Amino acid sequence: NWPWTPVPPDGEVTFEDTVCTLCSGNCGISVRKINGRPVKIEGTTGHPVNDGGVCLHGISALQYLYDPSRVKSPMIKTDDTWKEVSWEKALAHAAEALGNIRKADNANAIACITDNDKGTVSGLFKRLTTVLGSNNYYTMDTMEKAWATTIDAVNGVKAHVGFDLKNSDLILSFGSGFIEGWGAPVYNFQVNARRKTHGIKLIQVEPRLSNTAAAADKWVPAKPGTEADLALAICGVLITKGLYNKKAIQADDPSFKAFAKMAQEKYSPARTARTTGIDVASIQNLAMAFADAEKPVAIAGRGKGDSAGSTREFAAVYALNCLAGNINAPGGFWLMDKDPAEVWPSIEMDAMATQGFARAKFVETDTVDSLMAKVTASAKSPVEALLVYNANPCYSLKNAKAVTEAVKKIPFVISFSSYMDETTQLADVVLPSHMFLERREDVSLTGPVPLDITALTRPMVSPLFDTRHPGDSVLSLAAAMEGSVAASFPWESYDACLEAVKAPVWKALSEKGSVVKEPVSLVKKIERMDFSLLLNDTAVVAAEGDEATYPLVLMPVDNIRLTGEIAASPFAVKTVSDKVLKGTDSFIEINPETADQLRLSQGDEVTLTTPVGSAIVKVNLFDGIMPGVLAMAHGLGHTMAENPYVGGKGVNVNALVGPVMDAISGLDAAWGIRAKISRV
Amino acid sequence: MTQQNHGNAHKFGMVIDLDKCTGCGSCMVACMSENNVPFKEDESNKKDSITWMRVYKLTNGKSFPDTDVCYLPRPCMHCGGKGDHGHSPCVSVCPATATDYDYGTGIVSQIYTRCFGCRYCMGACPYHARFFNWWDPKWPEGMEEYLSPDVSPRMRGVVEKCSFCFHRYQAAKDKAYLEERDTVAEEEYQTACTQACPSGAITFGDLNNPDHAVHQLVNPDPHHCGRPRNPKAFRLLERLETNPKVYYISEREWVRKAGDNYLDGEWEKAKMKKTKGHE
Repeated sequence: NWPWTPVPPDGEVTFEDTVCTLCSGNCGISVRKINGRPVKIEGTTGHPVNDGGVCLHGISALQYLYDPSRVKSPMIKTDDTWKEVSWEKALAHAAEALGNIRKADNANAIACITDNDKGTVSGLFKRLTTVLGSNNYYTMDTMEKAWATTIDAVNGVKAHVGFDLKNSDLILSFGSGFIEGWGAPVYNFQVNARRKTHGIKLIQVEPRLSNTAAAADKWVPAKPGTEADLALAICGVLITKGLYNKKAIQADDPSFKAFAKMAQEKYSPARTARTTGIDVASIQNLAMAFADAEKPVAIAGRGKGDSAGSTREFAAVYALNCLAGNINAPGGFWLMDKDPAEVWPSIEMDAMATQGFARAKFVETDTVDSLMAKVTASAKSPVEALLVYNANPCYSLKNAKAVTEAVKKIPFVISFSSYMDETTQLADVVLPSHMFLERREDVSLTGPVPLDITALTRPMVSPLFDTRHPGDSVLSLAAAMEGSVAASFPWESYDACLEAVKAPVWKALSEKGSVVKEPVSLVKKIERMDFSLLLNDTAVVAAEGDEATYPLVLMPVDNIRLTGEIAASPFAVKTVSDKVLKGTDSFIEINPETADQLRLSQGDEVTLTTPVGSAIVKVNLFDGIMPGVLAMAHGLGHTMAENPYVGGKGVNVNALVGPVMDAISGLDAAWGIRAKISRV
Repeated sequence: MTQQNHGNAHKFGMVIDLDKCTGCGSCMVACMSENNVPFKEDESNKKDSITWMRVYKLTNGKSFPDTDVCYLPRPCMHCGGKGDHGHSPCVSVCPATATDYDYGTGIVSQIYTRCFGCRYCMGACPYHARFFNWWDPKWPEGMEEYLSPDVSPRMRGVVEKCSFCFHRYQAAKDKAYLEERDTVAEEEYQTACTQACPSGAITFGDLNNPDHAVHQLVNPDPHHCGRPRNPKAFRLLERLETNPKVYYISEREWVRKAGDNYLDGEWEKAKMKKTKGHE
C-alpha cells in the first residue's frame, strides 16, 4: 500500500556474540540477525564486563557500519582532490613515499600514532615503525596512561590500575565521570546501581553538578583545578588524627615524614578551605568519612578518562589510597600485572633502519601533543611521514586547530581509518580499515576495572566496501616495501599472524571468544609509596590565561550521549538535549548568577573567547554549575561533511582549550582554560 | 469492580527507579533500534523528534550548590483511563480505531495503516508520548539493511508511539505455543528499553501477577485502579485519573512531587492522603 516505505525482509532469527570496541570498556555484545542480516545489537547476558547491559553507542554500532562517512575504497589525494584507487596502487604509492624517506637516510622521520599499544594490530604498527627505522611511535593519552606513569613515578612499578569499586563501601571521586562514561561505562553503571543495594557511598568532588555528582550521596563542589589540594588536605587530617593504616605506611620513611609535615601545614583545612572553597568542617568530615569507611577507595581521571591528567592530582589520590592501606586489597586500588601472552618473532633491521632507529626520538615522552608541538615549532616538519591508526588527533587533541595546522605541515600522511574523519581528511593516502563488526581481532580490556580479559572480536557481516583488516594493511604495506621490512612480517595474512602471536592463549581465545584471567594477577612486590613527588608545587596545573582579560573559567565536560574521536551515531546525536545542541549551535552552561552579572539570559548568542580561540555559542542557564565557571560538552563540532546527521553540528571544545604539559609526566593535564564571553 | 471485569487478564506495566537512572540514554536508543524509529539531519527541534522513549531532565529548582537533578524516562503510559476501564485519553478520541485498548494485556495499540493523521490522540495525550510523521522516513544509503521485520516502518501522515514492544510479546507467545505452554514467563517478555538499561532502573512485567517484580515493587491497589501502595512510588499526573501503567520510584520527595503540578500547599495534603491510604 505504501510502496515508498521499506518492507524489511523476514527470516530466521539468530544471535552472534562479539565485543564492542567503540571505547575501552569492551562490552560483550550480541548481534541479532535475520537471515544473516544484522538488525539489532544487545548486551551479552553473563559477560563479565557488562552482563547484559549496553550503552547507547554500542546499541548504535550498526549505524557505524552503514555510516555515510565510511571510506569505501583506498584513496589517494592529489592537488586536494581525492581519487579512489586500487589497493595495489595505494600501497605502492605509500611504499614509495616511505621508501624515499628511508633512502634519504632519514627513516626516523617516519612517525606512527595509534590509540593504544595493546593487542596485535597495534603491535603490528609498532613493529612496522621499528623495522622502517623509526622510534617515533606514539599512543594517544588516556587516564590509564596517566595512572601508569604516576604509579611508575611513585612506586617504580609498571602496572595496570583497576578499582575494585564493586566491593568497596565508599568511593571518593575526584572529578571522575563515574557514570558519564568513565573507563568501562557499563561496568560502572552497574556498580552505581549496586550502590543502592550494597550500601556503597559515593562522594563526588567536582565544580559542576554532573550526572555523577547528582547521583552521588554527597557532592563537594571544589573550585576547578583544586582537586589535588583537597586530596592533600584530607591526607593531612588523616595523618594528624593518626587515622591511617600504620602497616601500609612506614612512619620513619623520610619521604613520608616530609609529606606528613607538608600535608598538615601547607594543606591545613584552614588554608585549603580558601583554595578550594570547601569549608573547614566539610574537609574534616570528608576525611572522617574516608577514615570511618571499612573499604574506602579514592579515584581520579576526569570525565570519561579519555585524556590524561595531572600527575600531582593522581599521586595525591594515590596517597589517599595508600593511607587507607587499600592497595591490592578487596574493594581497593589494584595494581595489576597483565601479561599480553604474545610471542613475536625477531625482526630484521637493514642499515637504513638501524641508522634511523639509533637517532633520538623527536620528543622524550610518548605524547602526541608534544610531537605536534614540535612540528608546530619547527620551520620544516621533522616528521616526514605520519601513519595514523584508530586515532583522530586533529579532533581529539586540545588546541585542535593548531594540531590540524601541524598535520598539514607533515608532507605525507597515511590514514588507516574507516571513516573520513578530521585527520583522514588531511591525509595523502587512505588505506581504509574494516570497522569492528567486520573483523576478527584480539582486544585487551584497558579500562580501570579489576578484570583481565582478552577477547576476540568476530566478523558479524562481510565487509561492505573495498576495505581491509588494518592488520592485513600493515602486512601488505610491508610486503610492498620488500627487503628486511617485508621479511619482518613472515605471515601470510593477519589471521595467521594473530594465531601465531597469540599462540599461548589461542586455543581458549578462538574456542571461547575470550580469555578471562581469574583471579587477576596483582603486582607482587610493591614498594612503599615515595611521597617526595608531592613535596613541591612545580606540578600544579593552572588554567592558561590571565584573570584580568579572562575573568571566567571554561571546562570541557563529558556527556555520555556524545563520543570523542569517532563522531557519535545519528541515534546518539538524536538523544542529545536541545540545551546542549540546537540546530548547529553549541551551548555553554553558566550559573544564572554569573549570567545576571553579564546581563545574559537563556538562549542568548555570545562570543566565547579563550587564549586559544573563539567561537559563537548559546547560553544555557544551569543552577548546578559554580558561579564564574562555564561548561561546554565534548564531542560536538565534527566536520564530517558526508554524514550530515552528526557532522557540522556545534563547536569542538578542543579548539578552545590548549594543552598544558604536565611537569612530571609530560602528558596533557589541562582541565580547562580561562575565558571571557561577550554578547554577539 | 473494575478488576473483576478484567478476569485473568494481564496488565503489563513498567516501574522505573529514578534513583538508579543515570540519564545515559540507552533506553532511548534501544527503543529506536528495536522499533525502526527513523532520524533526520536535525533532531534538535524536540517537537518533531520522534522518541517513543524520551528521557527528561528535572531539576529541584534550587540554586548552587543545593541544586539536584533527576532523569525521568517517559515511554507511553498505556493508560487504563478513568476507572481503569480502558478509556485512555487517546483511545477515547480516535475516530479511526487506529489506537485501541487491549483488555487482555492493558496495552494501548497503534495501527499505522488505520491512522489518517488527524492527531486528536496527540492533543489528548497529557504525556506527549505520541509523535506524528511529518515526513516519510529516509535512511542514508545502505542503512535500510538494518531495519527489523518485526516492526513496520511508518510512512508520512501517521502517528506513532511506544507499543511496550508488543512484537516481543507476540514472539514470546508464539514460542510458548510451539512449546505447548499456556503462559509466557516474566523474563520471556521484556521491552527493549528494560533489557538494555545498564543500570537495571527499568522493571517490566504483569502488574496483575503478584509474583512479578513490577507488582512487588509498587504494590498496586486494586481498589484504586492500581494506585501504588509503595509510598516511594508514584505515577505521572495521578489526579487526571488516566491510570498509567508506568510507575516511578524515588526516595527523593522533590522528585515525587515533580510527578504532578501542585498548587501551594496542595502537595502537603496529597502526601497526607497518600500516607493514610497506605495505612
